[in-house]
Amino acid sequence: MTATTAGAQPERAGRRPPLAFTGTLPFFAYVGVFLLLPTGIVLWGAIRNPNGSGFELSGLKLLGNSTVRGYFVNSVLLSGVTAITGAVFGAVLAYAVAVGNPQGVIRRVYLSASGVLAQFGGVTLAFAFLATIGPTSGVLMHASWFYDFPQGIGLIYIYFQIPLMVLVFLPAIDGLRVQWREATENLGGSSLQFWRYVGGPLLAPAFIGCTLLLFANALSAYATIQAWDNQISYVVPQSISAAMTSEVGLAAPNQAQVLALGMVVLVAIIMTGYALLQRRTARWLR
Amino acid sequence: MRSSYRLALAGAAAAALLAAGCSSSGSSSGPSGSGTSSAANWATETSAAAGGGMNALVAAAKKEGTLNVIALPPNWANYGTIINDFSQKYGIKVNSANPTGSSQDEVNAVKQENGTAAAPDVLDVGMAVALANTTLFAPYQVSTWSDIPASQKEPTGLWYQDYGGYMAIGYNSAKFGTITSVSQLLGPKFKSAVALNGNPTQANAALNGVMMANLAQGGTASDISKGVNFFHQLKQAGNFVPVMCTAATIKAGTTPVCINWDYLSTASVVGQPTSTWKVFVPSNAILGGYYAQAINKNAPHPAAARLWEEYLYSQVATGGQNLWLVGGARPVEMPAMTSNKTIDSNAAAKLPAVTGTPVFLTPTQATDAATYLAQNWANAVK
Repeated sequence: MTATTAGAQPERAGRRPPLAFTGTLPFFAYVGVFLLLPTGIVLWGAIRNPNGSGFELSGLKLLGNSTVRGYFVNSVLLSGVTAITGAVFGAVLAYAVAVGNPQGVIRRVYLSASGVLAQFGGVTLAFAFLATIGPTSGVLMHASWFYDFPQGIGLIYIYFQIPLMVLVFLPAIDGLRVQWREATENLGGSSLQFWRYVGGPLLAPAFIGCTLLLFANALSAYATIQAWDNQISYVVPQSISAAMTSEVGLAAPNQAQVLALGMVVLVAIIMTGYALLQRRTARWLR
Repeated sequence: MRSSYRLALAGAAAAALLAAGCSSSGSSSGPSGSGTSSAANWATETSAAAGGGMNALVAAAKKEGTLNVIALPPNWANYGTIINDFSQKYGIKVNSANPTGSSQDEVNAVKQENGTAAAPDVLDVGMAVALANTTLFAPYQVSTWSDIPASQKEPTGLWYQDYGGYMAIGYNSAKFGTITSVSQLLGPKFKSAVALNGNPTQANAALNGVMMANLAQGGTASDISKGVNFFHQLKQAGNFVPVMCTAATIKAGTTPVCINWDYLSTASVVGQPTSTWKVFVPSNAILGGYYAQAINKNAPHPAAARLWEEYLYSQVATGGQNLWLVGGARPVEMPAMTSNKTIDSNAAAKLPAVTGTPVFLTPTQATDAATYLAQNWANAVK
């Protein structure tokens, strides 16, 4: 987004009118209140002494605790598996949609359905699974693997990961010009060679970028897994909830902030990777 | 709740709310309408008599016109009826916030909303939370104070237990026959059937569920490890369901066997037919637990808060003690009310049969159990 804005500006604009900047103020105010401020508060809370004033870094030692490491490993495992599975199936589906009639009914139906299903999560989704293919429906009667981590909850996550992949990956496939394919064929290239030397390299940055987006999407999911695996904390968002709300004497709000800081760092790494890939993708989409 | 799954910084957002609460507490000025015309300052009165009697309290509470309660599910111990009746009787509007919240959520709200008109006036909390937060409470002794057993109240009235029950196994007898022991749950016919009411490292009811299994397996109240081991075996057998059991999951058939307090397991609360839904309290593991009432010392409606407590501890037929009993919970004044004949004997007769000596966890035992669960629960059942 920033790249296109910068590109639209004349190269030698001379003195910029001072008022032009004010248009971006609402955006920066929004980002400040809903992104930077909470991040700052989390950082502040994570390094503050829980018993009073003063700062200390000992709270961060929590991140080295084996139980806490387990939460992060589980989070990365669940997000990684569902992101890759969702990305592969979603990309195939997106390609199938893309090669169809651009104005066709099928495409519009798929896009609308993906738009709805990508947003379908939380308690509603968990209960939908319980009712339709859960152990009580008869389909998976007595199949207790459905309650094992990560395969049970992973199956549910894929339900919103695939539609999201279709939505975010379709523009990249639409960017593949028919002429490139024709050019390959004119030069005697096979379909395999087209994908290996032209299509694949062109789509790879977008594919990896979308996979990272799916990863972040699963990483931050809370309501779905909390409705499903309520009695055990597997992932970091659940352990944050436990640290905030435990009524049996284990509540520790400062630990919740340390855990949140760990997630902020993890998301920051992913988003940096995403931004780098986007820059690469934008080079040929321009 | 749904939107939180997309929120990369869920914890950060929660922290932002926390900050918003903190900043508003700085500008706390006395809430308006706290009994200005009355001679009594109800925010500091420790009994109705000290403030000029019940009539003065009722008048002051009506003047405030509002009561903020928190974390009271309508189908929990008959709270839906209790809130409605109180509101009708005194013409006071009751704001019921976060009905499904935990005891810790209640205390968090008291701290974060301190000084605002939205802060909770009264709390109904588990004992671990009550004992850890006495500095937030105002001492108050209800008119029936002497009928609360001495071991079930803080001497000055900072907290006083309200109602309780025993850990029980609620189940569909049409599907499983009659359950007579906890060990039966390990059998093959209970495949994907048994659930707790929450995560035992977070929810008091779930912790007591594990402790009940622990006692049934020969463990002691000081060492919950046999209970954790029981759930490990339950998981190995494929009988454990990680979905929290509620009326909805019982109705859907996901959790046909639900371990919870007996008053939360009755057929009427979980919406099951009385002919097939049974509640079993194992005679070798009678584990009791009580919740406690407390008044927020900075309650925005101090008179209404005290009137609410008087109402909850009233022994008349339409008072809180009997209404809790109708909801299947055992009110704390039940022994006294049984001897002075004010108890609703119909409702008392419907309670599940309990034979034997009940066990009540001491604060130390509860803390030790929680500490052990924090280290071992997730590994045992994953």
